[in-house]
Amino acid sequence: MSETKEKKKDKKLMRGSHVLGEAAIRAGCRAYFGYPITPQNELPEYMAEQFAQMPDAVFLQAESELASINMVMGASIAGARVMTSSSSPGISLKQEGISYIAGMELPAVIVNMMRGGPGLGNIAPAQGDYFQATKGGGHGDYRLIVLAPAYGQEIADMTRQAFDLADKYRNPVMILGDGMLGQMMEPVVFPDPIDPAQLPAKPWTLTGCKGRPSRIIRSLWLDVNREEELNWRLVRKYEAITAEVVDQEMYLAEDAELIIVAYGTAARIAKGGVQRARAMGIKVGLFRPKTLWPYPSEPLARLADQVDEIIVFEMSTGQMVEDVRLAVEGRCRVSFYGRPGGVVATPEEISRVISSTHHRAHPKKVAGGRASGGSRLTVVG
Amino acid sequence: MKGKIEIDQELCKGCGLCIQVCPKKQIEFSDALNKKGYYPASFKERDRKTTEKLECTGCALCAIQCPDVAIEVYREEKEQSTTAKKAAPTDE
Amino acid sequence: MKKVFARPESLKLTPFHYCPGCGHSIIHRLVSEVIDELGIRERTVGVPPAGCAVLAYNYFDVDMAEAPHGRAAAVATGIKRVRPDLVAFSYQGDGDIAAIGTAETIHAANRGERITAIFVNNAVYGMTGGQMAPTTISGQVTTTTPLGRAPLRDGYPLDLSEMLGIAAGSVYIERTSVSSPKWINKTKKAIRKAFMVQLEDRGFSLVEILSPCPTNWKMTPVQSIRWVEETMMTIFPPKVIKDVA
Repeated sequence: MSETKEKKKDKKLMRGSHVLGEAAIRAGCRAYFGYPITPQNELPEYMAEQFAQMPDAVFLQAESELASINMVMGASIAGARVMTSSSSPGISLKQEGISYIAGMELPAVIVNMMRGGPGLGNIAPAQGDYFQATKGGGHGDYRLIVLAPAYGQEIADMTRQAFDLADKYRNPVMILGDGMLGQMMEPVVFPDPIDPAQLPAKPWTLTGCKGRPSRIIRSLWLDVNREEELNWRLVRKYEAITAEVVDQEMYLAEDAELIIVAYGTAARIAKGGVQRARAMGIKVGLFRPKTLWPYPSEPLARLADQVDEIIVFEMSTGQMVEDVRLAVEGRCRVSFYGRPGGVVATPEEISRVISSTHHRAHPKKVAGGRASGGSRLTVVG
Repeated sequence: MKGKIEIDQELCKGCGLCIQVCPKKQIEFSDALNKKGYYPASFKERDRKTTEKLECTGCALCAIQCPDVAIEVYREEKEQSTTAKKAAPTDE
Repeated sequence: MKKVFARPESLKLTPFHYCPGCGHSIIHRLVSEVIDELGIRERTVGVPPAGCAVLAYNYFDVDMAEAPHGRAAAVATGIKRVRPDLVAFSYQGDGDIAAIGTAETIHAANRGERITAIFVNNAVYGMTGGQMAPTTISGQVTTTTPLGRAPLRDGYPLDLSEMLGIAAGSVYIERTSVSSPKWINKTKKAIRKAFMVQLEDRGFSLVEILSPCPTNWKMTPVQSIRWVEETMMTIFPPKVIKDVA
């Protein structure tokens, strides 16, 4: 059989939530704890169905998000590759446990399929949890590694990566998606499954003190000097993560005079907008962060030297735009276009934003359109 | 049955519960402070040379009640093992 | 003479930070003795709470994992579910298990988690300085009930153990005390039985232990053990609440 034929055979058409679940199992995840919330229920349902066939795997629907994240903590303490998932309001409830998991330096994978907010909001896809995901989220000085897939295939690849990074750095990793990504059916080729028994041993787990001194896993350090030491040690770890993990996609960026920055579902819409604007003759490209923390600030700064303006498009009122401004440091103009609250913009809408921005920068070149309805286009810097 | 106790005066916090529960009233507060600043409990019969006159039976009630695990209990080994078992600290 | 009483192996030779007369360290010793006697020291994982006993991990010579306030039952569940061969116990105070952690505890019991909970009831929030706890009795003066707990305003003392007894998955629930050697011996037997329930893979087990807090009760240690027996026991009577044969 030829290689292409083999690939075709392995290709599976699955919705994003199921892709994530399957990729987690193939990454050696054998423990899942969660609580129902739309729009991510297909993921726990997939885990429940698959784990029902696997005697060594643990699926448990907990009584709350608080309980589920603490069960994740326990399973991680005992050495398992473990995952939980939720959507925005549920992720807020998990923040207590996430802070402890970060402070105890435990690996865990947390999936957030974002929905409209604040409060109960709605169940439509949104990106209002960027700050919460990338700036810590809970109390104390810590960071999660935040991966932002935009395609089914990337969900599969990043889920594997999430478990590997979590173990390697003993740090919680968040996969930040939205309801759209979770629902969309796409063809995916999965990485080969890992046998959890073949994973490297974790020398810090609590599995009973047979043949060794007893161990403590804790986040309490009453001695302020030891707590400060922990904080700086975490910073050094975060620096190592930043050096290794930062990732982004650049699309039609080489000759671009204008760049649109977007992640996840927004980036797919933006890509369609870029294609339409290119057809109109506008030299526009897309910069898509694949890691939201650590943020790809350096490649974006280099791009800022090349372009007239950067447009940030988010399905929020403007959160990532702050990291873009910090990365760009005034090298070019930064504007923002947002559709919060679960509204999904169209590629046409984004192409109009691109052309009107381009028109403002180059009034004689192209006639631009107008941005629509409740959205807001702000120019910064 | 004869017994004796050893009180770790540095572990003791002078709560006095052992004094309260001793059926033979053979424990008292020490006159001297320990390093933590407590007046620790002291076994009255600690200097007794012979076991003949010991009031302490090694019943271990003091050690059972002691919140700081500061008391070790010793007991004379009897010929009749049944009585020794009967007085074991974990029994009622 | 033969040594008949000494520190158990599972208890490190670390001086306790607890106040003079505190019941926590008696209970630490009893749990350690049971762990030794059952020969499970090398496969036990303990989960201490937030509260005075958060530092329990400095005393037990077994693997120990700290839990967020009230979440010990969930953390222990996570450990036990992925490693059923381990023995998981939580060690929790009344505020931890019966206020902020009520949901986690009731659901762990109801699922019949194979974990053992040691529930230390001293009718007060100790570490934070003596505020009203869910188990503070009516009329009891605390720093947040300066005129005494008034049930119509502050709620009634909560009997969590009775509630857990109703949960179908709980197997063994007993309330005891450490207010005298007699009660301490009974408590040890109850702890042993609770661990046995887990070792026999039967379901959730819990021992509630009435325990003195002389500092926050503003009593001498001797007065505090009397208060346990004369006052607390009238509200929280020691008994076997549930014992599924």
